[in-house]
Amino acid sequence: MAVTRFPERAAGPAERLAGFMAHLRMNSIPAGLGEAETAIAALGVVDAGRISEVRSALRTICVGDAEQEQRFDDLFDAYWLNRGRKRDGASVAHPAHNMRAQSGSNYRMAPGTSNAEGEADTPDEDPSNNASRSGTGRLVASRIATIEKTDLRKLMTPEDLETAERVARRIAASIRDRRSRRRRMAVRGDLLDMRRILRRSISRGGEPIDLFFKVRPLRRVRIVALLDVSGSMAVYARVFLAFLKGLVSADQTTDAYLFNTQLVRISDAMRDGDTMRAVNRLSIMAQGFGGGTKIAANLKLFNAQYAAQSVNGRSVVIILSDGYDTDRPEMLAAELARLKRRGARIVWLNPLKGWKDYQPVASGMAAALPYLDLFAAANTLADLAALEPWLETI
Amino acid sequence: MAWQKLQGDLADTGYVASDDLAMALYLAVTLGKPLLLEGPAGVGKTQIAKTLAEFHDTRLIRLQCYEGLDASHAIYEWNYQRQLLSIRAAAEEHRRSDEIEDHIFSEKFLLKRPLLEAIRQERPAVLLIDEIDRADEEFEAYLLEILSDFQITIPEIGTIEAKTRPHVILTANGARDLSDALRRRCLYSYVDYPDRKTELAILARRRPDLEDRLAEQIVGFVQALRKEELEKNPGIAEVLDWAAALAGLGVNDLADNPEQTQATLVCLLKTERDRAAVPKEVQQRLAGKAA
Repeated sequence: MAVTRFPERAAGPAERLAGFMAHLRMNSIPAGLGEAETAIAALGVVDAGRISEVRSALRTICVGDAEQEQRFDDLFDAYWLNRGRKRDGASVAHPAHNMRAQSGSNYRMAPGTSNAEGEADTPDEDPSNNASRSGTGRLVASRIATIEKTDLRKLMTPEDLETAERVARRIAASIRDRRSRRRRMAVRGDLLDMRRILRRSISRGGEPIDLFFKVRPLRRVRIVALLDVSGSMAVYARVFLAFLKGLVSADQTTDAYLFNTQLVRISDAMRDGDTMRAVNRLSIMAQGFGGGTKIAANLKLFNAQYAAQSVNGRSVVIILSDGYDTDRPEMLAAELARLKRRGARIVWLNPLKGWKDYQPVASGMAAALPYLDLFAAANTLADLAALEPWLETI
Repeated sequence: MAWQKLQGDLADTGYVASDDLAMALYLAVTLGKPLLLEGPAGVGKTQIAKTLAEFHDTRLIRLQCYEGLDASHAIYEWNYQRQLLSIRAAAEEHRRSDEIEDHIFSEKFLLKRPLLEAIRQERPAVLLIDEIDRADEEFEAYLLEILSDFQITIPEIGTIEAKTRPHVILTANGARDLSDALRRRCLYSYVDYPDRKTELAILARRRPDLEDRLAEQIVGFVQALRKEELEKNPGIAEVLDWAAALAGLGVNDLADNPEQTQATLVCLLKTERDRAAVPKEVQQRLAGKAA
């Protein structure tokens, strides 16, 4: 771990300040050359001999938000008051760290791969499903209807997974485009673009003959899907993975993650061309985790590591989970609030909600409700397909 | 030191700033950097810009942000009606079209919106960009050019340089996270609800007619009220309103006038649920604590 150098080993004030900036960076406050320059200028206009003034001045220059402001005083003391301090355990996302996480899961995947294929080849354990498939002259439509009404736990065949994927693609397409509130010029539109009209009318002696318009262009919505693969969700895992696969393959910018006790980004594995292979690989990855669910802790990790790049005001975050969380519900609420602050819309699909008489009493689920734009059932394909018009409106 | 002087000057103008805020403001003014203020609603983020303008005896130019705010509302817009008339008039005189073009795309036909106006002042103005987190991300990009170079590029005219550099103050309520690029160009200060001492000082400054005992009761009550679970905590403006209401009704002691205290709580509690959360008993408990 990096321990800060003490300032007295440095030569002049400039070098000490540079050391301080490095110290801040090591503790995930992004302070760079610009801040150092401003800081030196600031020391010229405050009483540099008084520690409270220097602290206050450097704080206002270096920190960028309330969370950094709270940590600043400790970091300041650690550096200037000669108490070396190891860097925080929770630092920002680091490429090396991500790679480690991914290679770790690859390692876990490797021995299980053969297992997965075996599973796919054997007929699945649900007799009713098998029976419905044995007839050859059956109408496709009714076949789809039965699939769509079966609880997802019972769906295991390649065709079922394909249907799930198709539903997901349709949903992805329906929520992808959002109308912007800003306007851009266009040949046809609902508002005159006076600027261009006037410019062109000069050559017509002031007659606005050529008309130009402005429209609100479509903006791509970015979908981020988080799938709970804990023990309680295991029965749904395969079909939801197929659903995720559909979402991911519909658009290059869609991101997908798996979690139960840890969080893994699987967007790249998902872009495997072969649905069955991808789903099987991922099922094994998912099973590899085991244990309980830490929804809040994973959301926290997601907020810290990935959300900065992948979530903004045009994102829809889809969480697929039953809401049984081993973390405290307040923590889940706090993390959802943080995610919400990024401007994203949050959709929670809960397979349990489709069950008769279900009430969101799981304390985690209850805490999450105020932050959700949409809370919907997801235990049959019909439920998933029915989401389309809802998702269009959020 | 100079920043304490600024703090004193602000206090004379009617704004009591904490040490950290005064330092941030002093550095922002001295180093010519924009200052980003974050914090809950009602802690005086907007007021500080007004006070700064008043103290510098200069114009306050305010840009209220909202979703969909774009360049034509924030920076500049051409005056199309005048341009149209002018083209007609010029055509009657049979002037050449490039001549007309130069004419109608001159500064005379430019409608200055707040950002352009702020950099074209003879005296450095105070530019308040209020609730920047309500504007969308594209707008932040416009701001970056202005905040770092203080110049605006207009395709038809060219780059307009700043005559003077305005003192820029941005406020945010945390409706969404701001981009790092914007944060890095600004000094930062988090403004929280004032502590007891500061709030007393504010009250003493803004309502000197108030008796000391009542002022202490008011501050004690409000400080206790902010610890309750409310949807919307009362800000400083609300406290000043409440003080004015109590003074207007001739209340001298909160504990002695439970009816009137309860009735005037409308100044502090602005939602139905908060009203219900502070019934008379709670109000009396808080008032008793404050006394």
